[in-house]
Amino acid sequence: MASVQPLILRGRWLILALSLCFIVLSSIGLGQLYFRGDYRIFFAKDNPQLQAFEQMQLEFNKSDNILIGIAPRSGDVFTPEILQLVQEYTEAAWQTPYSIRVDSLSNFQHTTAEADDLVVADLVPNSQLSAAERLIIRDIAIAEPALVNRLVAADGKVTAINITVQLPEPTQQQQVTEIWSFVSDLSAQFAARYPNVEFHHTGIIALNYAFASEAEQDVRALVPIMLAAIMLMLAVLLRSIAGALATLLIIVVTVTSTLGIAGWLGLFMSTATVNVPTILMTLAVADSVHLLASMQFALADGKTKSQAIQYSLQRNWQPVVITSVTTAIGFLTLNFSEVPILRDLGNLTALGVMLACVFSLTLLPVLMQFLPLRAATIQQSSGTMARLSEWVIQRQRRLLWGFVLVTLLCTALLPLNRVNDEPNKYFASNTSFRQANDFMEQNLSGFTSIDFALNGGVAGAVNQPELLQALESFSNWLAEQPEVMHVNTLSDVLKRLNKNMHQDDLAFYRLPETAAEAAQYLLLYEMSLPFGLDLNNQLNIDKSATRLTATLYNLGSKELIALEQRALAYFAANWPDYQLSAASAALMFAYIGERNMASMLTTLPLALLLISALLLVSLRSWRLGLISIIPNLVPAVIGFGLWGLLVGEINLALSVVASMSLGIIVDDTVHFLSKYRHAREEGRDSEQAVRYAFHSVGRALCITTLVLVAGFSVLMFSGFRLNSDMGLLTSGIILIALLVDLFFLPACLLKLDKSGRTADVSPATTKHS
Amino acid sequence: MLVRQQQNTADTPRQSDRFGIASGWLLVASLLCMPLAQADAEKGLAIATEQKARDRGWGDSESELQMVLRTAQGRESVRRMRTLALEVQGDGDKSLTIFDEPLDVRGSAFLTHSHPTAEDDQWLYLPSVKRTRRIASRNKSGPFMASEFAYEDMTSFELEKFSFNYLRDEPCAELTCYVVEQTPTDSFSGYSKILVWVDQQHYRVMRAEYYDKKQSLLKILELSDYRQYLDKFWRAHKLSMQNQQTGKSTDLLLESIRFNTGRSAADFDVAALERAR
Repeated sequence: MASVQPLILRGRWLILALSLCFIVLSSIGLGQLYFRGDYRIFFAKDNPQLQAFEQMQLEFNKSDNILIGIAPRSGDVFTPEILQLVQEYTEAAWQTPYSIRVDSLSNFQHTTAEADDLVVADLVPNSQLSAAERLIIRDIAIAEPALVNRLVAADGKVTAINITVQLPEPTQQQQVTEIWSFVSDLSAQFAARYPNVEFHHTGIIALNYAFASEAEQDVRALVPIMLAAIMLMLAVLLRSIAGALATLLIIVVTVTSTLGIAGWLGLFMSTATVNVPTILMTLAVADSVHLLASMQFALADGKTKSQAIQYSLQRNWQPVVITSVTTAIGFLTLNFSEVPILRDLGNLTALGVMLACVFSLTLLPVLMQFLPLRAATIQQSSGTMARLSEWVIQRQRRLLWGFVLVTLLCTALLPLNRVNDEPNKYFASNTSFRQANDFMEQNLSGFTSIDFALNGGVAGAVNQPELLQALESFSNWLAEQPEVMHVNTLSDVLKRLNKNMHQDDLAFYRLPETAAEAAQYLLLYEMSLPFGLDLNNQLNIDKSATRLTATLYNLGSKELIALEQRALAYFAANWPDYQLSAASAALMFAYIGERNMASMLTTLPLALLLISALLLVSLRSWRLGLISIIPNLVPAVIGFGLWGLLVGEINLALSVVASMSLGIIVDDTVHFLSKYRHAREEGRDSEQAVRYAFHSVGRALCITTLVLVAGFSVLMFSGFRLNSDMGLLTSGIILIALLVDLFFLPACLLKLDKSGRTADVSPATTKHS
Repeated sequence: MLVRQQQNTADTPRQSDRFGIASGWLLVASLLCMPLAQADAEKGLAIATEQKARDRGWGDSESELQMVLRTAQGRESVRRMRTLALEVQGDGDKSLTIFDEPLDVRGSAFLTHSHPTAEDDQWLYLPSVKRTRRIASRNKSGPFMASEFAYEDMTSFELEKFSFNYLRDEPCAELTCYVVEQTPTDSFSGYSKILVWVDQQHYRVMRAEYYDKKQSLLKILELSDYRQYLDKFWRAHKLSMQNQQTGKSTDLLLESIRFNTGRSAADFDVAALERAR
């Protein structure tokens, strides 16, 4: 590298031309980038829960939906005004793009026996209804198991319209946006006509849309904050506009070429990768700051600009390369994640970090040739650092044992963390998606559900009395579970039909006694149902299986999995002849957190091993290499320990924070230890070497940590909790890492690295070094 | 992503502008072409009338049918039935369908008296309870036996049920077809329109495209294996209905058909339902 440095300056035009070519070529790829907000991007193709879910969607009709909650301020949905609204909205909802079904209070297919006829008709036939008729409708609705707590609240205060959509595969964001805009426009129109009614939108389409809109919000809000923060920090730290501009340029070309390459590779942007620019900005700024600060330092020493640039490259190329490689390794471990978009996040950031490294070592020096740079002003803080090092050396025992104690304590706190993935909770409580969900859960029905498919194995099995008995008992058992708000089941339909076939005699509100009766009632019923309101979402084509849906309170992933397992076990114990399978979007998220955590925990040691090996090689010392594990591991332990105490919930983004932050915090360790080793090699003892390390990199560590903490803190402003929690915990761990490097690492070195080669050097001479 | 999203948002108003201009032109063009449009409606009705006329006089028939339902992945389920049909001059046809498979509905019988303008009368006899129930035929748009066919796809073709519009000529297989747009007059239909390909030589329906109420293509019906009976009447022996939205499909196979079986109106009254086997 030493011979390369002059080359960099001599070949500046070539470097400029090459960089420009590369940047332009890669940036063309930006045109191919597209966005996906579809929740399926969280799941790999071979994810077992996704496969179970898709299998069930193929067997029965799709269940992707958008649910519109209608809440009149009057607190009564059974007024002429609201019934008319529901009817008009239902009619209009059939125009929703990709819709295949609309279910509401008004078009519920109510069945009655009239003489020898089976009358199947809309529950709300028209809007000209007398008070008595409305009362009858209310009584029917509240007593109807298919409606109450699903499409109408038991207290009659809130009702809902459910639109089922069939999206073409692969789903594009545009289709989700189309559906969302249609429905929200519709609600806006009705809200204008019915000012005393509130509309809430939830369901899978609302979730998909929220993923996308929060990501867009992130880009719109966070990138400007990030840029402003960076400019502010650079102006303060470097006191040089030219330096700040050069850094900004490096950041911009790093981000655009990374995203451009992502486009060329056919990757898409998602809620996770949308923050690659923010993270890259943070990481890229550190390289430039190190290089520019050294240049300013050399200028202050009286060197010419060319000399200063050479000096800076010479001093920094190795730490910049090593820290970039370790950071990249940390992010590359995300490849072991179960979540495809987190893999993309890891790969893109790793790529960007290496690009930033190359640009900082080539383009930045060349740019600085052309730009003015001011010499550094006197560093007042070197005195502070000297005082700090003395303070640490004096209290080394107390610091050592204090940190050991804190680390042990935090290790004990680690089990307080519980893996929990609820799509609902991915959104901050001030987002409209979360508010709609919370409102609907409190007033009508939850967003979380599990679909169960009960399979009898042979065609027509669903009509057999034994299977229907099992279906009814299992549905009853489900409805009794405290987590369950509503069960939609075919056994309710058959009981109602049986009653209808017997002149609405309530004594016959029970299952038909023979398979022929059940089959023929269903034949009659199915022939009477209008377009879109058929039973194909509850029965498969040969009627060997039926699907029942349990709507639940918004549960944590542990509770959701527990309920699923309990239901499967209960069913298997009682009806071993039939098969029951469970699937839903919520279940997929519930399992992904656990699976992701497990895979990330197994890769953490691997990342630690790789990074430590790299440090061992670069520090050329077994002892220092082993000691370096302490400051690399302790911050994550303390960070997650405190998280366990204060928050206690780990979602899938947090499960990758440990390996990701490892790659970043290792930088500080590298800088500190390489200076320490340098001093030791010059023959100083460990105490003097600690002083030297403090003096030479203490300030730089504080500055870069400040930059990194600020950068990741910006993510905390995201309305998307996967991103904000990740920002909070990562910046916390980076800050803890600085404290560890300044207070714990020196204490460890003084304790564990005593056998100084020149232990007899007097303290007096070392003070001046 | 930034770039992409901005493009999208920037595109929308432009697209709507373009659409605005286009619809403006469309309006001008349609005003200019008013007489032509009327001619197309007349021609459409003429084609449909000829189609109906060519199928007049078949009397009565007895057929065996098989229905093969397929999921998007190709899993199959089979239904079997027999249909007796009677042509009624001056009113809609009458038909009686007896289900044979699946076994649990065997012996169920479905009687229809269709009417050109009034709602059809429908009854279903259920052997398990030995009872006949009338079905409200407003709900004729739902699936027939969970297949991709709706009841309204299978009922007798009556001119009064649609308004017609001739669109164009188009080659279909080795023939040439009229493409006619049929708009259901009944608001309880599940469709906004149906495009029908009618061959110019024999006026047989070769293909139909069904559009749902939101104007999206819902189903495509393809009719093949036409055979001629009594030297006059063409019957398709294979009707394939493919749902374009769900990927499911149903083949309706006409396994045999006989004409002049000597049925009379008495075989199609409600009392006859319970005798049918």
